[in-house]
Amino acid sequence: MNKFRLTRWLISLPPILFLLIFFAAPSLIMVITSFRFPGEYGGLAPLVAPETDTMAGDSSLYGLTLEAYRFFFSDILYAEIFLKSFAVAATSTLICLIMAYPVAMLIAQSAKKYRNLMILLVVLPFASNFLIRIYAWMIILGPESAFSHFINNMLQFFGFEPVMMLFSSFAVLVGTVYVHLPFMILPLYTNLEKHDPVLLDAAQDLGANRWQRFWRVTWPQSLPGVFSGSALVFIPVLGMFAIPDILGGTGDILIGNLIKDQFLGTRDWPFGSALSIMLMLVVLCVTGLFTLLARPRAPK
Amino acid sequence: MKRTNLTLWLAAGLVYIFLYVPLVIVVIYSFNDSRLNAEWVGFTLDWYYKLFNNQEMLLAARNSLIIAVSASLLATLLGTMAGLAIHRYRIRVLPFLVFAPIAMPEILLGVSLLLFFLQILNLTLGLVSIIIAHTTFCVGFVAIIVRARLQGMDDSIFEAARDLGATPWQTFRLITLPLIMPAVVAGALMSFTLSIDDFVITFFTKGIGEPILPIQIYTMIKIAVTPEINAISTLFMLLTLLLIIIANRLDSGILQEGKKS
Repeated sequence: MNKFRLTRWLISLPPILFLLIFFAAPSLIMVITSFRFPGEYGGLAPLVAPETDTMAGDSSLYGLTLEAYRFFFSDILYAEIFLKSFAVAATSTLICLIMAYPVAMLIAQSAKKYRNLMILLVVLPFASNFLIRIYAWMIILGPESAFSHFINNMLQFFGFEPVMMLFSSFAVLVGTVYVHLPFMILPLYTNLEKHDPVLLDAAQDLGANRWQRFWRVTWPQSLPGVFSGSALVFIPVLGMFAIPDILGGTGDILIGNLIKDQFLGTRDWPFGSALSIMLMLVVLCVTGLFTLLARPRAPK
Repeated sequence: MKRTNLTLWLAAGLVYIFLYVPLVIVVIYSFNDSRLNAEWVGFTLDWYYKLFNNQEMLLAARNSLIIAVSASLLATLLGTMAGLAIHRYRIRVLPFLVFAPIAMPEILLGVSLLLFFLQILNLTLGLVSIIIAHTTFCVGFVAIIVRARLQGMDDSIFEAARDLGATPWQTFRLITLPLIMPAVVAGALMSFTLSIDDFVITFFTKGIGEPILPIQIYTMIKIAVTPEINAISTLFMLLTLLLIIIANRLDSGILQEGKKS
């Protein structure tokens, strides 16, 4: 029996230790950092006053503080950036859902032998480098592209001013949807594939038209898939920084960009950590909500 | 019925086009004999030639390979253990520790590791810090794949081995490992792809001086867009395509074996 207990720990301890050190501890450090003072030249002020330092007046800069959080709530700008990130995440999740549904439905309705191929075709572009996929949209939306010329010619024809599509909220939205679409298609497909087609036949026999069959039979059954797909899109989008950084303009700053700037730009670590903690809390709430919603329920 | 299918085909077809057009454009422009990504001028391999003479880029490719190989080996080892442990033993903290890093936005993992490396370990950021960071999120993906494989198997095989007097090590070496091997290899390939592709976490845990492929691409995109990016993107796509095909083969191998048993 002892031998088996030994195996148990031999197998579980290495991953537990590794993740305690490189995941749990760093998270804890981040929480602590958010309660500290920023250093004069970036980074952090020392936690305890150095013994030689007897200069008066500076003593308040040691120890722990709520300053970073107070700073967050002192300026409406930060709340606005959080709200904007929420709006971008919600909008792109909705667009992803609308685009993913027909694809998932088509795959689920196709013959079994084609399904794997169709899924593979969804996953393939997703496997090419993330930056490359965003960069591709830089080309398409860039001012020199055929697409831009076409759109602007159309706009001018109807008497509107030409637009710059790149470096705008529109470009951010397009890039975000493009990058996250497979995360919506896959869980939706997994759900739709399990539906029993007999239910649709029954609805048809009872006189339901196509629209009614979708909204009263397919859609309610697919809700767990819809919610888990939405969580997989919404959460990463909430924390993204690269897409607005590359495709967005100066006004398209989201939480992720704000956090990035605190660590690699202005170097205010405590504020950056406080922002990260707030993001983490929001993510936890959203995850909890989606998990609750995605639970399979008995039909009413 | 026919009309529903047509609408569905049309809508889904448009989405598939949306998925592929950007990538096709990148590939086409990588052969275009013009500095601008605008008009088609003529065929050239110049951008590939330039790329292979770009020392910084070659160094970045080498560094990224070192990182991806080390991180995927380490993650495969730890992830396989984690997958086995989660499947067999009820250890409360383990599933949380394994799956939380991949459930939260990447930026949080990047930032917390940056703070940890600089504040606590006093580590000079570089290849080592990136390898550790990549391993942290790859472990979860390997564990998921290995656990899925174990869930599809009949646990009585292991009990039989034990009843026949096999030691835990013998059971593992002769029974468990051969059975989960396809999942282990698929997990390793997945980790490799995730690691070589990762931008966000690399961005926060990279040092100065060591060029890394995704960071290099990012700098090129931000500073000066040249068709060289198209060339490197095309090569990158070919590499990941190859890995995906291999992983897919292995994966369908798992499915078929699963059906047989």
